[in-house]
Amino acid sequence: MSKHDTIHPGLNLGEHHGAAHDKAEIGAFGFWIFLMSDLIIFGLMFALYVTMQNPMGQAGGPGPKELFDLTSALIQTMLLLVSSLSFGLASLALRHHRSRAELTFWLALTLLLGLAFLSFEARDFAAMFAADAGPSRSGFLSAFFGLVPLHGLHVASGCLWLLIMLIQIRTLGLSDLVKSRLLKLGLFWHFLDIVWIGIFSIVYLGGLA
Amino acid sequence: MTPYSSDHRAEVRHYLVGFALALTLTALPFGLVAWGGVARIWVLAIVAGCAIIQTVVHLRYFLHLDLSRQKREDVLLILFSTLILSIMAGGTIWIVFNLAGRM
Repeated sequence: MSKHDTIHPGLNLGEHHGAAHDKAEIGAFGFWIFLMSDLIIFGLMFALYVTMQNPMGQAGGPGPKELFDLTSALIQTMLLLVSSLSFGLASLALRHHRSRAELTFWLALTLLLGLAFLSFEARDFAAMFAADAGPSRSGFLSAFFGLVPLHGLHVASGCLWLLIMLIQIRTLGLSDLVKSRLLKLGLFWHFLDIVWIGIFSIVYLGGLA
Repeated sequence: MTPYSSDHRAEVRHYLVGFALALTLTALPFGLVAWGGVARIWVLAIVAGCAIIQTVVHLRYFLHLDLSRQKREDVLLILFSTLILSIMAGGTIWIVFNLAGRM
């Protein structure tokens, strides 16, 4: 295989990045292994959630129709989807050697969208707690609070990682190491959006249908 | 502002196509649930169908997964994880619903 080939799934830096392009290979493959193990955890939380979707699991407590707000779910979905696009545009700015200001702009926009997503999610959880629908209320709610905040926690760590990368771009410049970290963060961010497809389809739309 | 290269513009278009597809596949199930009027079983089937297609769209347009160009082990890793997951998650749901049905 020549070094001009695509070497790993996800956006490649491209051959005009020289050593950084080649070095990204093993790191990106390792990161895919992490993502896939994370996928298994999410998948089993989904399975647990689905098994709790019945009167026994709800234990006389409130169900999806009393608790979930479709508008808020739609807003969160849109925020994450747009943040996926803005991260994609950041990756392209990196790949095509655009100015550091342009890269920083798209990354900062992604960070803001991620934080907006988290604030809407936190607002929903607060409303649920206020309605006495915390995780200890029923098996259904335990499964809900095991699944959806787990995704939120991932988004929060993604935001922290974005913040760290914004600082590293300023302090370390666009070194090979920083580029390779940005590629992995991109994989992580797009992966979280895929997990969210499962959450809005199974939890919110499945619950409100 | 330096002009964008034609490669760059083509790749931005690629992302925008993926974004438009994802937007449509999100709007359709949300609209269906919001406006109702369709039998629940059909709503669930369409939501599930859109979710699967949207996942493929995200993998294709945002994560650049492409069966033809990748190194085999990466694709194998993803396919094998999906297989393991469907056995574990599908098996769990099957067994627990079976038990619930017998209670």
